[in-house]
Amino acid sequence: MKKSVKEALKDSLVIMPGYIVLGIGFGVLMTSKGFGLLHSFLMALFIYAGSMQYVGAELLALPASYLNVFIMTIMVNIRHLFYGIGMLSRYKVLKKHKIYDIFALTDETFSIVCSKNMKGLNREDYYFCLSLFNQLYWITGCVLGSVLGDILPIDFTGIEFSMSALFIVIVIDQWEKNKDHTPVILSFIISIVCLRYFGRDNFLLPCMACIIVMLYVLKTIRSFRHE
Amino acid sequence: MNSYILIAIMAITTIAIRFAPFILFSKKTPPFILYLGSVLPYCTMAMLVVFCFRDTDTSSLYNCMPELLAGIYAILLQKWRHNSSLTIVSATVLYMLLVQRVYR
Repeated sequence: MKKSVKEALKDSLVIMPGYIVLGIGFGVLMTSKGFGLLHSFLMALFIYAGSMQYVGAELLALPASYLNVFIMTIMVNIRHLFYGIGMLSRYKVLKKHKIYDIFALTDETFSIVCSKNMKGLNREDYYFCLSLFNQLYWITGCVLGSVLGDILPIDFTGIEFSMSALFIVIVIDQWEKNKDHTPVILSFIISIVCLRYFGRDNFLLPCMACIIVMLYVLKTIRSFRHE
Repeated sequence: MNSYILIAIMAITTIAIRFAPFILFSKKTPPFILYLGSVLPYCTMAMLVVFCFRDTDTSSLYNCMPELLAGIYAILLQKWRHNSSLTIVSATVLYMLLVQRVYR
């Protein structure tokens, strides 16, 4: 086996347990919402974004409007825009598999590529294999979860809490990484107020708009203070 | 059929976002976009936590006990071990036990 492929496999093994477990959680969640193997597989194959798929299961079950789904996807996945900006110099020069590498740039793949010392490795092979292995783990997890959700004689009432737990975990990790907590505290308040005011089915869109306006105002006020 | 259209919207939007920087910002990125990039992901997660708890019955403390207990458990465990998979799986199992066996 070539060295770059071996190295990619080794690095991807760090991601494997998390992807399999989260994938299974997603598959079981989809089953509990009444969606089968094909839906889970298509989402793992074409969307391939963990948080978005969890939210997606919820949006499919509602079902949400096209516009709502579109804006929700932007809000949840906008961070990928900034992963891309961070990867511009690394990925722009690729010739083979460039399209796939950009498509498969998830949070986890990004975090590995970002910190990887590429000395002595073939970039093309390493990036491609790492991205591919990670997506294979993810698809395996999602499909496995769909099958398990169908055949296990277990009452899955309450499985939707996996999504709450996922976002709690992300908020805690980000809280510890960031020094400035004002935006997130304001977002919490805005979200709760919007939920109260607009109701459970309609609060997301106005809430997102309020958060973006809040961020704009916050940045403007702060830049005034600096001057 | 509708569900496939929704999946397609999610997939195409996600793909478009992943490709956008390589098409749009290969030269220069506007400052407000950079700022949004640093804070919006974090803020969106706060909104999504509220979204997840939108059906929680807050009319009495007893009614929201499963969410409250499993939520506090998830926060404490993540703070302590920083093992995301462990936190998600065990908090979900705890919540399932609470809603199925304890607070029916």
